[in-house]
Amino acid sequence: MPELDVSTTVNGRPVEMRLPTRLTLADFVRDRLGLTGTKVSCGMQVCGACTVLVDGDPVSACSYLACDVDGREVLTVEGLADGGELTPVQRAFVDCSALQCGFCTPGFVMAATALLRDEPHPTEEQIAHHLDGNLCRCTGYLPIVEAVLKASRAGGIDE
Amino acid sequence: MSELRVVGTSVPRTDAVAKVTGAAVYTVDVTMPDMLHARVLRSDRAHARIDDIDTSAALALPGVVAVVVGSDLSSLFPRFGHIVPDHAILAIDKVRYYGEPVALIVATDLMVAADALSLVDVRYTELPAVLDTDAALADDSALVHETGYSGVSATPVVVSEYSHRNVAHEVERGWGDPDGAFAEAHLVVETRTHHPMLYAYAMEPYNAVARFTDGALEVVSTAQHPFMVARDLARVFSLPLSQVRVTAPYVGGGYGSKSYTKVEPLTAVGAWATGRAVKLVLDVEESIYTTRADSADVVVRTGFAADGTILVRDFELVLDTGAYADNSPLVLDKAVNRCFGPYRIPNLRVRGKAVYTNTSPASSYRGFGAFQGNLAGETNIDQGAERLGIDAAELRRRNLLLRGERLMPGLRGMDADLVADLDLLVDELDAGPAPAGRLRGVGFGCAATDAGAVPSSTALVKMQSDGSIVVLTGSTELGQGSRTVLAQIAAEELGLDMAAVRVLQSDTATTPFERTTGASRTTTLTGLAVQRACADVLARLRTAAAEVWECPVDDVAVRDHSIVAGGRSMSYGETVRAWFGPGGGEVVGQGVVRRAGVLAELPPFWEIGMVGVALDIDPETGQIDVHQLVTVADVGRAINPVLVEGQDLGAATQGLGGALTEQLVYDGSQIVNANMVEYRIPRITDRPRTFTSIVAERGDGIGPHGAKGVGEGARNPLPGAVAAAVARALGVWPDSLPLNPEHVWRLARKGISQRSGT
Repeated sequence: MPELDVSTTVNGRPVEMRLPTRLTLADFVRDRLGLTGTKVSCGMQVCGACTVLVDGDPVSACSYLACDVDGREVLTVEGLADGGELTPVQRAFVDCSALQCGFCTPGFVMAATALLRDEPHPTEEQIAHHLDGNLCRCTGYLPIVEAVLKASRAGGIDE
Repeated sequence: MSELRVVGTSVPRTDAVAKVTGAAVYTVDVTMPDMLHARVLRSDRAHARIDDIDTSAALALPGVVAVVVGSDLSSLFPRFGHIVPDHAILAIDKVRYYGEPVALIVATDLMVAADALSLVDVRYTELPAVLDTDAALADDSALVHETGYSGVSATPVVVSEYSHRNVAHEVERGWGDPDGAFAEAHLVVETRTHHPMLYAYAMEPYNAVARFTDGALEVVSTAQHPFMVARDLARVFSLPLSQVRVTAPYVGGGYGSKSYTKVEPLTAVGAWATGRAVKLVLDVEESIYTTRADSADVVVRTGFAADGTILVRDFELVLDTGAYADNSPLVLDKAVNRCFGPYRIPNLRVRGKAVYTNTSPASSYRGFGAFQGNLAGETNIDQGAERLGIDAAELRRRNLLLRGERLMPGLRGMDADLVADLDLLVDELDAGPAPAGRLRGVGFGCAATDAGAVPSSTALVKMQSDGSIVVLTGSTELGQGSRTVLAQIAAEELGLDMAAVRVLQSDTATTPFERTTGASRTTTLTGLAVQRACADVLARLRTAAAEVWECPVDDVAVRDHSIVAGGRSMSYGETVRAWFGPGGGEVVGQGVVRRAGVLAELPPFWEIGMVGVALDIDPETGQIDVHQLVTVADVGRAINPVLVEGQDLGAATQGLGGALTEQLVYDGSQIVNANMVEYRIPRITDRPRTFTSIVAERGDGIGPHGAKGVGEGARNPLPGAVAAAVARALGVWPDSLPLNPEHVWRLARKGISQRSGT
């Protein structure tokens, strides 16, 4: 299997590894780094469960090659509450009961974090537009919209 | 009863922080030491004899440890199935559907296992395939199963010889004199509907990890019902139940689709063949081929009196069950019970068949049997109302069962106020006006389902020496919030803060037996078991205190969450410490729920579905916006109101998906949309513009504090409600789902041509 040396930063920590070129970013963070908060569901960039941020932009880690994060910064859900304090987005998802099974939740939290970084006070329509690439099968979405609105009132992202 | 402290309060979910931080562990996150990875080679034809499987090239690939095929399993019981043990772990002699597992490749690395798939050479001889129920039921049809299967059904469903050898299960039920009643009816309305195959899309695909250790089998899996899976596995490997341990950590969605055994035998066979731990994770396409919901063709005729009174109903249902029975016989049984609705029906005949075909196996999906039949039954009521010139709500009011009336002889009387629920619903619905260019259609529907399943639950409550408790239950947390609700129930009973209660679930070796996690049963039945376990703890603490104080136990009472006698008082923790002494200990209480006492009569409760929608329809494009969604949760008592509302919105949203966009489409032997691009579920932009959740709390359930279950109710009547709304807006009744833009546009065209008199 062809491999490449990859030098990246994951959740603020430098990582240098030799990785198979076909390894996805999702398998890299989950299997090689043990960061299993990132979930894989549809496997084809539709559901958003595997959303992580690469240089601040949301990407579907199931369809993104690990080697392509060489020289870039990766943020996964584990990197948000580093130290234990929930971010406003995480806090709002808890407070609004914006989750049930929770399998989609890390992806929603990451996508919402990216949204609020770009647009600290989004309208409901902007929230829906931005999160249209994230599927949730449990909640019916309304509590998720409410949570993002609440997080935006609470000050959006917090690092 | 004293004032409630925790019950009735929307305390935050106890699993929420773990789930927003990524710390929550699901089966797919579980690893075992020295673990291998498996992939499944699947049949690429619908019905074929297996002539030869050459695994040598795959085995020669470095990293491949084993390639297991059906003929390797001759020393095992090579099949599973809780009703009919017909389900081959790996195809034996022939394949019965496209996508059926043919070989399991176990390798040191997932990529190696994937590479080896194309190196297995399977030679088939094609057999004639029956790809739909008409083909399967033809006189000279090919048989999906040539032989019957012996085995004990783990459900009340009794399967026997049927009218055709491709019939997996057949039911006829009814009463009165239907033919006589039809002859006397003022109006007879006939309705035919087709309900498509659906995919539940639990976001965590089916997966499991298995190993044998000290002669025992350990499996971690996405199972909703780990105890039933353990039973299947014990039979496969001829192990005592005590030597099979199935655990289910957090489960990424179930909705019934993770009921019963799925990938656990395959994974365990990998461990058996290699002597090492094996992990198998399906992708979404494989998951779709593993389990879908039965499609249903339904014909219903209802005879009405002139005043709208229902005189008689007659249903014929045919379900496409696919290649293996799984839970479809019970789906049929439930469809037969659930199709005719919560109405007073003096004469009834229901005939149903679940039919084997060479398609993917069908089984449970949220509200199984109910939504398939409800579409036909409720559409038929609405059409009756239209033809009688009676308001659709008024027609229902005249026929809905009153409290205590029996939906079926021998079953529990109605434990809800259906007319009051309907009034709450229709008062909320917004008939218009629609925005410019749109047509507003309003629809609603009713359902009552025999919920709760088989009452068998045991819970343990362990009182620690510091007064905190551990609650052990075999009920699985699927996202519905049982971990939170069961903690609330225990906290209420014992006067504890939520922080002092830990609920541990779903480990067949350490948590007590739970029949299933389904049929909206957990709050009611597991909740009762937890409540009873708490009472048992208190009884044991009284006995302990009597021994410590050397007084008769009758003198010892529980007051204000303390153990008291005369002037003496001890906290629960003090009692534990006093009884055991400095060595420490814990007091364990057991609560049992079985079919006895208040639960002698089935079902444990009726789950009510009352939903309504107001849709804005663009007749030019067929696009539907959900202007309004209204649900009524008739839950007796909401232990956690926010969770109740979440169940209703979630169930209704799945119903909207089924009504508006979702269907699995077979073209020949294959499903053409076995992926989440083309199988379109509701997105955030599809959400209803307004949502009203009405929670009717009348304290009339048999569960803790008068609670009844919730979770499926709002799913069941939703498609019928949508169909009615579309029909009222366009003037044409749909007879199938989904009502996607193309379908709606065609109905709109048809409506225009009908009204212009052509």
